[in-house]
Amino acid sequence: MLMTRLKAGGPAIAKQGILVAFIVFMIAFSLMSDRFLSADNIMSVFRQSAIIGVMAIGATIVVIGGNLDLSVGSMLSFATVLVVDLHDKIGPELAIPVMVLATLCLGAINGFLIGILRLNSLIVTLGMLSAIQGLVLIYSGGQNVDIVDQRGTWFAIFGRGAVFGIATPIIIFGTLALIFHIIMTTMPFGRRVHAVGGNPTASVFSGIPRSRVVFMTYLISALCVAIAAIILGSRVMGSQNNVGQGYELQVLAAVILGGTSLLGGSGSILRTVLGVLMLAFIQNGLILMGQPYYTQWLVTWVVIIVAVWLDVAAKRGRLFSPIA
Amino acid sequence: MAYFYQNPALRWLMRNPIWGFVLIVFIFFSLASDHFFDARNFQNILVQTSTIGLIALGMTLVMINGNIDLSVGATLALAAAFAVDVQSWAMFTTWGNWQILPAVCLALLVGIAMGAINGFIVWKTGVDAFIVTLGAMLGIRGLVFVYTGEQSFYAMNFAYSDFSALSVGPLPVLAVIFLLCVLAVHWLLSRTVHGRNTYAVGGNREAAVNAGIRVGPHMMINFMIIGFLAALSGVLLSTQMGAATPNLGRDYELWVITAVVLGGTKLTGGKGDIIGTLGGVLAIGILRNGMNLMQVPAFYVYVILGSILIAVLFLDKRFNASTDGGLRL
Repeated sequence: MLMTRLKAGGPAIAKQGILVAFIVFMIAFSLMSDRFLSADNIMSVFRQSAIIGVMAIGATIVVIGGNLDLSVGSMLSFATVLVVDLHDKIGPELAIPVMVLATLCLGAINGFLIGILRLNSLIVTLGMLSAIQGLVLIYSGGQNVDIVDQRGTWFAIFGRGAVFGIATPIIIFGTLALIFHIIMTTMPFGRRVHAVGGNPTASVFSGIPRSRVVFMTYLISALCVAIAAIILGSRVMGSQNNVGQGYELQVLAAVILGGTSLLGGSGSILRTVLGVLMLAFIQNGLILMGQPYYTQWLVTWVVIIVAVWLDVAAKRGRLFSPIA
Repeated sequence: MAYFYQNPALRWLMRNPIWGFVLIVFIFFSLASDHFFDARNFQNILVQTSTIGLIALGMTLVMINGNIDLSVGATLALAAAFAVDVQSWAMFTTWGNWQILPAVCLALLVGIAMGAINGFIVWKTGVDAFIVTLGAMLGIRGLVFVYTGEQSFYAMNFAYSDFSALSVGPLPVLAVIFLLCVLAVHWLLSRTVHGRNTYAVGGNREAAVNAGIRVGPHMMINFMIIGFLAALSGVLLSTQMGAATPNLGRDYELWVITAVVLGGTKLTGGKGDIIGTLGGVLAIGILRNGMNLMQVPAFYVYVILGSILIAVLFLDKRFNASTDGGLRL
C-alpha cells in the first residue's frame, strides 16, 4: 500500500518531505505545550539557531559541490578564540578583519588540498579538524579567553543587539541565507557548483574550472564560520578553546535533514534553513515539555534516519532497499 | 635498484609503508628520549594503544566493506556505563565478585545490539552508512546522557578496577586481550568466507550481488563486530579508570579512522588489512607516548597527527598515480 503510494506520488512527497515533517512537529509541540507558539519563544529559537544556521549555509554549498567539511567545528573554536582574544589586544575594528582573514586562510588550505590536489575531502577535513583544534590550544595556551569590558564595547551588537526589535543574529542569518540562496539558484557560480557536484567529469568537459569552484566552496564555508564566530563571540563575550567541538555534526545533521544529498549535485539553502529550524524547534519543544536536554539527540537520530530514508525510498520508488 | 626489488623485507615494507614509519618513529624516540626504550614503557604503549586499537580492528572490517561507523565513541561510552552500573544493581549484591560477569556480558550485548541496529538500518533502508552512523553517534550519546543522568558511575567492586593491573607473563592483560583480538580479526578477514566476501562487497558491490553473495548480512555482521569491539574497548577503559563518565570516548571515531587510514585501508572499500591497521594504531600510540615523554605539550600532537594524515593521503595519491604500470623509483 505504502509502496504503491510512494511510486505514484513519490517525487512530490520527496520534495516536500521535510516541510511536512516540520509542520507535523510544530503542530505536535504546540498541542503539548502552550508556551511553544508564543512570539517570544519562536524568536528565541530563531536566535539560538543562528550560529549553526550560518555555518550550515556554507556547509550546504560544500556538500552540493560534492565534498564534506568536518573541520567547521574546530574552525569555529579557532575563529571565536581569535576574535575574542584580539578584541582586547587590538580593538574590535581590527580584530574582526584579522580573524576573518585567518579563518579564510584555513578555508583556503582546505580548498587547496581538496580542490587543487584532489584529495579525499572526508579525510582532509578530518585531519584539519584535529590540526586546527591543536592550533587553537597552542594559541591560547589551553586558557579560556574573555573580553574584559563587556558593557562598553560596540562588539556586543552582533550577538546581543537588535534592529527594529529583531535580534541581530536572526537578521544576519536571514540575510546570508537569502544572499546565498540567490547566488546558488540564479547565478553562474551556483550552477557551476551544482554541475561539479553532480558529475565532476562532465563538468570538466563542459569547460567548468572544477578546481577553482571547489576551492571557492571551501572559502565560502570558512567565511560563514567566521561570521558565526563573530555572533558567538559577541554573545558570550568570551570563549572556551573547544567551544565548537561537535558543531560539525549538528551542522551536517541540519544539512542532511534539509534533503541535500551527500553525493553532491542537489540541495538547497532554504531547505537547509528549514532543517536547522527543525532541529532547533525539536530541542526547544522537548525542553518545554520537561524532557532531559539530551533527549533531543535521541529524537534527532530517529528524525534524520527517517527523513533520509523516505527521501531515498521516494527516489528509488520502493520503501526497502533491494539489497539482498 | 635490482637488489631493492629482490629483498623480501624491503618489498614488504613497500607494500606496508606505515610499518616503515613505525620503525622510523620508534628509532627516533629511542635515540631522542632516555625513557622511551624501556620494557615498562613498551607495556604502557600497548595498553594505551589497546583502547583505540580494538575499535580500529572493527573499523577496518567496516571500511573494507565499503561502509563507515562514526558511532563507536558513543557505543564505547554506553557499554562502559552499563558495565560499571549493572554491577551495583541490587539483585547482584550477593554475587560477590561474580557480579562483574553479568555486567560485562550485558555491556558487550548492548554494543552488539547498537551495531546490529546500525547494520540493519544500512541494509534495509539503503541509506548511506555515513548518515546512519552520524545519526547514531548523536542518538547513542544522547542515550548515554539520559541513562547516566549526566553523572559519572564509579565501580564499587575493586576486583573490577584491579583487573587492568593484572598481567600474563611480561604482558599486561589488556595488551593480551588486544593482541588476541588482532589475531582473531586477522584470521576472520584472511581465512574465512565472511572475510573474503567482505572484500568482495566493498570492492564491487554490483559484482558481489551478481556472484550470489548476500550483501546485507555481511554488512550487518561487520557492524555487529565493530559494536562488540567498541563495547569491549569501553569495558576495558572503564576498568582502567574504575569509572564510566558520560563523555567517555568523545572524538575516538576520529582517532580510529585516522589510524585505519594510516594503515592503508581505502575509504572506498575493498582494500586494506589488519597488519596495516596494527601499524597505524602503533604509529599513533608511539607518537603520542614518545612526545609525551619528551614533554611536548599535548596540543602539538593534534597538529602533527592531522598533518600526517593529510600527508599520507597526498603521498598515497602520488604513489598510486605513478604505480599504474608498476613501481618506478
